[in-house]
Amino acid sequence: MKHLRKNKLGPIYAAAIALLLLSILLGLFLGATEVGFADVLKALFHGDTDSPQAKILWFVRLPRVAAGLLCGAALAVSGAVIQGVLANRLASPSIIGVNAGAGLAVTLCAAFGIVGGWRLSLFAFLGAFLTVMLVSLGAKKWGASRGTVILMGVALNALLGAVSDTVTTFVPDVSILSSAFKVGDFASATYVKLIPAAVVILVSLLFLNTLSNALDVLTLGEENAKGLGMNTELTRVLFLIFAALLAGAAVSVAGLLSFVGLLVPHAVRRVATTQSRHLLPLCALVGAGFVTLCDTLARIIFAPYELPVGIIMAFLGAPFFLFILIKGKGGHSRA
Amino acid sequence: MLELKNVSAGYGKTEILHDLSIGFGKNRLTSIIGPNGCGKSTLLKAALGMLPHTQGEISIDHVSLSALNRKAIAKQVAYLAQGRDTPDMTVEQMVLHGRFPHISYPRQYASRDREIAASAMDQAGVLEFAHKPVCALSGGMRQSAYIAMALAQETDYILLDEPTTYLDISHQLDVLRLLRSLADDGRGIVAVMHDLPLAFRFSDRVAVMDKGRIFAHGTPEEICVSGLVEQIFGVQLRREGEEYFYKY
Repeated sequence: MKHLRKNKLGPIYAAAIALLLLSILLGLFLGATEVGFADVLKALFHGDTDSPQAKILWFVRLPRVAAGLLCGAALAVSGAVIQGVLANRLASPSIIGVNAGAGLAVTLCAAFGIVGGWRLSLFAFLGAFLTVMLVSLGAKKWGASRGTVILMGVALNALLGAVSDTVTTFVPDVSILSSAFKVGDFASATYVKLIPAAVVILVSLLFLNTLSNALDVLTLGEENAKGLGMNTELTRVLFLIFAALLAGAAVSVAGLLSFVGLLVPHAVRRVATTQSRHLLPLCALVGAGFVTLCDTLARIIFAPYELPVGIIMAFLGAPFFLFILIKGKGGHSRA
Repeated sequence: MLELKNVSAGYGKTEILHDLSIGFGKNRLTSIIGPNGCGKSTLLKAALGMLPHTQGEISIDHVSLSALNRKAIAKQVAYLAQGRDTPDMTVEQMVLHGRFPHISYPRQYASRDREIAASAMDQAGVLEFAHKPVCALSGGMRQSAYIAMALAQETDYILLDEPTTYLDISHQLDVLRLLRSLADDGRGIVAVMHDLPLAFRFSDRVAVMDKGRIFAHGTPEEICVSGLVEQIFGVQLRREGEEYFYKY
């Protein structure tokens, strides 16, 4: 746990923004086809949409970079919010089944021919929200311990995954998206999916940022928060709605990207701050940069073949996560 | 006056408090004593409106609790629960959250809130730890930090559930001296206490509870000579000057 003074957070913000900018630049320039600096300038600022390079930039690289940025930010912030609301550092959208809920909804949508647009975002949100409410109400009703909540999530993940697999088995058309979808992938990021998700994600991020103090008050415990005049039930549901909107929108674009919702909030807490006012924006910046960078690596390592980004994230993220856990083991953790 | 008249309350269908009446005045430190499970914590929660009462009337300075929302109640009565998780934040951040009922959406703290928080930390003796994580403080200092948060709430009444439990004796004394000084400054302090000699030594009033009812409410001396302590706890208290001792 770290509690850095405001002025010491400056370099951390600078590093997070540098990571973000680097990931955008690499994402735009690197790939199977060479796109030079001049091509990027021409496409972005001179309205060039005809050359092959411009087409690659407009219809492949730009949506992918945007998808990486949005989904990374969304999942990292969603993870930080869910961890705060459930007072459980082990929780994240992929672990407690929120992503799986959204994933089932997206799979069902695909089975019914909905592959983009607002309806896809809406159903993904509903899938995510129903799952997160189920976990949250279950935890409250049965007074479940933090460990039990995680186990409930594991069970829900298995169940929702099984239903998704059943759908993909019986509707062969859907199975095309199934394997890449399960580990998370931006190869199918298109504007038709991206635009509604982008609106949902940006609005949710902005709104959550204004509620950062309320998130911290919740961590004082149910009774103390009530003693401070907070309507804790309503506030919890509000936070979970936004966490589900973020996770749902991310899943509708990228599939079941795991790990980022757990790794990024932990890393930011360990390195920078636990105060939500800074935790949420830093998670958004780092999550966006990390996922976009991983996606670029996924595209170029075996170019022209691509790996799903989820694989790269696990390769890079798991050792890094273990490193920060071991390095910070002397620290205090409420997990 | 924070007043409960003929109040019955409980959890679900289980009634814990039965037809209970008591008033907590300002400028006064009231200790609530009673055996485990007698409804002391429930009484505090009912008085705050956190637990709905099924019968009776609760009022804060003659305004019915039912006419106030949670935020309005939190501007008048602060509450420190027992058995808290240690929050993962600095003392200053936590104390600043005492201003939460006073700010509206988007609920950001202003420089005035920071000034009030700093003065609350000063009063509770934790200003020097402002930038330390709450979890790095000793139990006694942690309790003082919580009291600073309640002070930042700027309420007339502060209700504390077992504020001295788990503290060593010198920290218990520190906390009670602090509560005593807050009462002397004009606040109404109500504390659920288990340490009878300490409760009797520092309080202006002692309320004795058993089985969801108030058995007696009076000055420590009145309660001490009434024989109720022996009847309910099975121990005797004796007074020597201002001090109270268990008599075995």
